Amino acid sequence: MGSIDFLMQGLAAASDPMLLLYALIGVTLGTAVGVLPGIGPALTVALLLPVTYRLDPAGSLIMFAGIYYGGMYGGSTTSILLNTPGESASIITALEGNKMARRGRGGPALATAAIGSFVAGLIATLLLAFLAPYVVQLALKMGPRENFALMVLAFVTVSAALGDSALRGLTSLFLGLALACIGIDQLTGQARLSFGVPELLDGVEVTTLAVAMFAIGEALAIAAKGPGPADEVTAVKGSVWMSRSDWARSWKPWLRGTFLGFPIGAMPAGGAEIGTFLSYATEKKLSKHPEEFGNGAIEGVAGPEAANNASAAGTLVPLLTLGLPTSATAAIMLAGFQQFGLQPGPLLFATNPTLVWSLIASLLIANFMLLVLNLPLIGLWVKLLTVPKPWLYAGILLFATLGTIGANPSVFELGMLLAFGVIGYLMRIFGYPIAPIVVGLILGPLAEQQLRRALSISQGDPMTLLQSPIAAVMLTIAALALIVPLVLRLRGRGEVLRQMGGDED
Amino acid sequence: MSASRHEGERRPDWAALLVAAFLVVVGGVMLWDSARLADLGGYSGIGPGTIPRVVGVGLLLLAVWTAFAAWRGDFPEREPQQIAPVVWIVAGLAGQMLLLHVAGFSLATAILFAFTARAFGKRNLAVNLAVGIIFAFLVWVVFSQLLMLHLPAGPLERLFFPGA
Repeated sequence: MGSIDFLMQGLAAASDPMLLLYALIGVTLGTAVGVLPGIGPALTVALLLPVTYRLDPAGSLIMFAGIYYGGMYGGSTTSILLNTPGESASIITALEGNKMARRGRGGPALATAAIGSFVAGLIATLLLAFLAPYVVQLALKMGPRENFALMVLAFVTVSAALGDSALRGLTSLFLGLALACIGIDQLTGQARLSFGVPELLDGVEVTTLAVAMFAIGEALAIAAKGPGPADEVTAVKGSVWMSRSDWARSWKPWLRGTFLGFPIGAMPAGGAEIGTFLSYATEKKLSKHPEEFGNGAIEGVAGPEAANNASAAGTLVPLLTLGLPTSATAAIMLAGFQQFGLQPGPLLFATNPTLVWSLIASLLIANFMLLVLNLPLIGLWVKLLTVPKPWLYAGILLFATLGTIGANPSVFELGMLLAFGVIGYLMRIFGYPIAPIVVGLILGPLAEQQLRRALSISQGDPMTLLQSPIAAVMLTIAALALIVPLVLRLRGRGEVLRQMGGDED
Repeated sequence: MSASRHEGERRPDWAALLVAAFLVVVGGVMLWDSARLADLGGYSGIGPGTIPRVVGVGLLLLAVWTAFAAWRGDFPEREPQQIAPVVWIVAGLAGQMLLLHVAGFSLATAILFAFTARAFGKRNLAVNLAVGIIFAFLVWVVFSQLLMLHLPAGPLERLFFPGA
């Protein structure tokens, strides 16, 4: 069967009324939380994970897909109306979108962002559906050593290749790897780094770490800045509908943004923001109204917003087909799968195709729902933006702890949450990126397992890693991705990399 | 980064040196713990202690690199931090943690809620607590009764839901 048949089956499975309801709840919750200022998709997904604990896997993952896409939509509304992007990938949207809103064109800015996100989400999800079977076929041919090399590549690109410092990226990654070692060794059953504490034998929960780092660390960092000037919500004046010229100026950037964003998301490099920067630069160059850029050019909202969403769907390619999370959001989604004992990857396509394809199909459905939901309900989302900061952060911390309490109501687990929250705060002060520590924690055990399998097969000869051409190529790329940015920074080119980094999502 | 290096005037960054010391401690603990593990490498030659050892050595190397960067003042400048709000939030989290099983979800979480709101400038703790209790209780009802999460119940929850 081809992708189309699978997708049709998935659509049929996902059209079950209960599953549609889950998807609707997911997109609504995702948008509502994503719209709150300062909350990016990673935190949205982490905070809403407990909502899905007691559902069956299919319903839960479908709700999850809705939350993910909803969080992305919500984020763009915040950046346009409030100029506080909740994630680095929305910075560009804030740049032009907020200017448009200030000039009384907030309606069309929201519309082009919403419709652009829809177009990008639609095309990118279809690309995901058609690409996935090929990547799965490729992935099934990969053995432990190729998988290990791929994970090393992901480690390097997430931590060291981008951002303003390889040192801080790698430190964050290694702290994540250190946390990953805690608990019972998978192969020999020996307790590692548990110091006789029984609670540590199960290891560190990814969701505990992610919620602590993103919610508590962020709340502490913002509180420590002291009361700043209040953020001003720009009112939406006039029609939300786009004029004929708005459409004419938007549709090409949507498509270009989609095709820039998707491949970047799909590569094991992570970071939706690169696609948005590229799209912005492209639109600025191609625009007939370059003078409007910086003052609210609609192309500058349409393109990057499409790129952002396409790249979010692109991230799902390595996640679903290889089990490889390339962003913090994807890492938390992986944790969401693992709570049901499901390991995304080529085998999941073989063992549970209905689940995978109804998940992909429900991404399409969630996308339609968001388009219908977003523009008419814009008044409601704007109200959410005006929640005062004290109540907002009090609520965020309530839900942050709720997730941990719901999963494991123990004092020890809450203590870990507090400790990681303080570490996350300190990491923010010193400029350490957060994504590598989360990716390190979730990918560390998988990489170790693959390495030990590979070396078992070769009877302990490490050269086996370089004897496979695919693994050798990937390890070489990883080495280059580590060394080239270091050289660039030494030569004073670090500024470009700094701008491309800062991946909080 | 490179610009600050050419200035060469910045003093050693003591706080960043503390980070390096922290990394030394974490790396040291990993090496100490892995030394205790029996090496059951089997065919692969790498046992349960190998990866912790590699990560531990990696952390020690990163500590040296961090110390080097701190000595040259390579770390980005930090914004001044206000301590009081941080203490309020940490106290709120600690309070919730310690009271959770005694007072139940709503009352314990109301403390976290009130202290966090206090950290962000709502100074009237009594009002904060009242809002917190009502909100946390509603959340408890939705999540424990509708979504079937196990959230600890206390006197307040049992008053309304005797079976909880």
